[in-house]
Amino acid sequence: MSQLATETRAENVSGEEQPLLQVRDLEVGFETQRGVVSAVRGVDLTLYAGQTLAIVGESGSGKTTTAQSIIDLLPRNGKVTAGQILFEGRDLTTLPPAAIEDVRGRLIGYVPQDPMSNLNPVWSIGFQVEEAIKANNVAQGKEARLRTIQVLKDAGLSDAADRLKQYPHQFSGGMRQRVLIGIGLSAKPKLLIADEPTSALDVTVQRQILDHLATLTRDYGTSVLFITHDLGLAAERAEQLVVMYKGKVVESGPSQEILANPQHPYTQRLVSAAPSLASRRIQSAKHADADDPQIYAGGSTDDTLIARAAEREQAAPAKALISVENVTKMYKIRQQGFRSEKLLAVNDVSFGVQKGTTTALVGESGSGKSTVAKLILQLESITSGRIEFDGQNVAGLKGAELLKFRRRVQPVFQDPYGTLDPQYNVGNTIAEPLLAHKVGTKKERQARVLELLDQVSMPSATRFRYPGELSGGQRQRIAVARALALKPDVLVLDEAVSALDVLVQGQVLNLLTELQTELDLTYLFITHDLAVVRLIADNVCVMQRGRIVEAASTDEVFDNPKEQYTQELLAAIPGGDFEFGR
Amino acid sequence: MLWYTGKRLLQTIPVFFGATFLIYFMVFSLPGDPIAALFGDHPPAPAVIDQIRAEYNLDKPFIVQYFLYVGGLLTGDLGTTFSGRPVIDVMVKAFPITFRLAMLALAFEAIAGILVGLISGLRKGKWFDSSALVVSLLLISVPTFVIGFVFQLVFGIQLGWARTTVSGDAPWGELVLPAIVLATTSFAYIVRLTRASVADNLNADFVRTATAKGLSRRRVVTVHVLRNSLVPVVTFLGVDVGSLMVGAIVTEGIFNINGVGGTLYRAINLGEGPTVVSFVAVMVIIFMLANLLVDLLYAALDPRIRYAK
Repeated sequence: MSQLATETRAENVSGEEQPLLQVRDLEVGFETQRGVVSAVRGVDLTLYAGQTLAIVGESGSGKTTTAQSIIDLLPRNGKVTAGQILFEGRDLTTLPPAAIEDVRGRLIGYVPQDPMSNLNPVWSIGFQVEEAIKANNVAQGKEARLRTIQVLKDAGLSDAADRLKQYPHQFSGGMRQRVLIGIGLSAKPKLLIADEPTSALDVTVQRQILDHLATLTRDYGTSVLFITHDLGLAAERAEQLVVMYKGKVVESGPSQEILANPQHPYTQRLVSAAPSLASRRIQSAKHADADDPQIYAGGSTDDTLIARAAEREQAAPAKALISVENVTKMYKIRQQGFRSEKLLAVNDVSFGVQKGTTTALVGESGSGKSTVAKLILQLESITSGRIEFDGQNVAGLKGAELLKFRRRVQPVFQDPYGTLDPQYNVGNTIAEPLLAHKVGTKKERQARVLELLDQVSMPSATRFRYPGELSGGQRQRIAVARALALKPDVLVLDEAVSALDVLVQGQVLNLLTELQTELDLTYLFITHDLAVVRLIADNVCVMQRGRIVEAASTDEVFDNPKEQYTQELLAAIPGGDFEFGR
Repeated sequence: MLWYTGKRLLQTIPVFFGATFLIYFMVFSLPGDPIAALFGDHPPAPAVIDQIRAEYNLDKPFIVQYFLYVGGLLTGDLGTTFSGRPVIDVMVKAFPITFRLAMLALAFEAIAGILVGLISGLRKGKWFDSSALVVSLLLISVPTFVIGFVFQLVFGIQLGWARTTVSGDAPWGELVLPAIVLATTSFAYIVRLTRASVADNLNADFVRTATAKGLSRRRVVTVHVLRNSLVPVVTFLGVDVGSLMVGAIVTEGIFNINGVGGTLYRAINLGEGPTVVSFVAVMVIIFMLANLLVDLLYAALDPRIRYAK
């Protein structure tokens, strides 16, 4: 398909066909109390009919702002300050509001990022699709109703006719995203802007939806402008790539070429930080073996890896530090009236974690992986089974015993914005666990805070700053520092890097690996992202619907997955088998 | 939904008895002798007093009085006032007037409040919004009776648009000015509530998506912003039905309306147990029905709220 695309493009260039979309020197600014902040600073991009182009960049790079300015969807304080957006030769930035309403939906469709918040909760699905069809004059009256059903069927909702009267909250995330894709394509537009259309979804659902989107846009002859932070996805889905950084385009061209041979230093960093199935476990400098360069080079290193694995197995103590045996957790969900329904969130799960190693729990949302974390942390009680920590049964610990356990097992959670108290400065945040467990004098605690900040590579002045002044990656470092304050043996990392951009994610993973060697930490790493697992974990447990379906060493799971479900998960990783240039 | 409505209606029964009991108790505990107060400086013969006491059951213990009252209630007899009129007659005369007043006020505050709030929310930070905020703050801080007198002076006397007092049977037309006075405070709250809600919803993702679909600005605002913004406003309106009934006491005083307010005020002063309790009981029922209506409206506005069968 990519060869075909290359041919089409060549044809376009040679035929001197007018590009479908041409953005020239675009500048966008946001009015804030501190003056105008420019978000996009001179962006150029060109998209020909039938092509797919991806804009890649981390959050804050201006990729979404660029996309939104095309059909004037900018927030109220945002404004195009310079440049042109030529669509079929017409400059959209100079169109009056009524004319741009005509372009929206009919000529340029839009698929937003978050399916949970992009459908109006108070109108039925049918109403919201039909509205788009009528507004763009695709069909009216009875015909519009029939067309609505067709659009939803095309988007992959086979029982569309029966579900027209249902409301968004009665649909799953994947289904809602299908509805939004249906809306975006309902008028068969010439261009579809898809702003991270699948980043809120599980990998397997993501794959289905992207496949479907590709089929539809090919059938309709619609060009696609993808906005994504996921390099693998861009490599797999788009022929053309534009890399943005701090409001500017740093590199553009055919995506395979760019990713295989990045020119700009930023793209190089981005590519080398992108976790993929081809990556290997990060080794900390101290721990690294002499043959590590070989491993990094990605050559044939199976033998060395096997040898290393064998070594590790021999060195490991026989008794697991954390041992989970036949643990089951049942929730009672209140139904109407007094009835309640039972939900088996965790079903007969057993695994062990050796001291100093990392075990990853992987699964899609609803697989029970986070519940297992809560059970181990003693934030929820188990229904049956046994959890042992360092040879001691921890289920039902109370009072001083529980506090002692908590000192040794600390959590780090997903959302670095929600887990730090905005009213507490960083120093107080890190010192809080020490205070809660009455460790040391005030002076000693302050010294410990400085030591911890140093360990997570943050300057000591950070202790006077507030979470609001820090970036996502910095906050997650603070969260790690807080978790380490009590010198625990185990960190339970629940999606601890999932909210971070790829470069920052790489930094935090490196930090975690270094800390592990330095402090002999044991990690339980909960994630939905298999590519990250490969970078950090020694062992993997794959969970599906509350059960562990496969448990083995990381290399085994990735190189030789036994269960069909694991194979599906691996196959669904975007750009999974694409070799990034390194 | 039907089952839910039925359940809610059944719930009014215990609340009704609880409320009447408490109010009866409070009236009973009021200091002073209602009969003595009735005759002022010229007390009648003790035999006459005893006879009146017996007639109104005032010689019996509190609990017996209450049950006699409730017994009468269930047979349709709400008792009589001290002047000998059946309480039911007084109610039939007073309630429709206050009800008309409250409904007019409610209509005014809902329509004008939502309209001004919507425009304010859409033009956040512009001059219309700023003036609406200042005016609403002013209306919230000035007491109703001041606004009442100012309105009487300006619209009643200087401009001559409306009568300063309302005639005995209080026709709709004459109630417009008092209703606006009664509604001012709530109007200001609704403006602020709607404004905040609209401004909030304007930034919602689904509004941006609606715009991206190619809908006109007018449709985006009416279909996707307004309906979502009405949920908190409707809640406020429901609770406000009660406050309007109560607030009517002041407004009725200013405009000399023979509604619930005045009658209740006199009955409390006289210690007329049956009259006070009957009036308040009806108000309790109105309040509960209004709240039920709000909850049902809530479900109609927001399909995520579906009540258990």
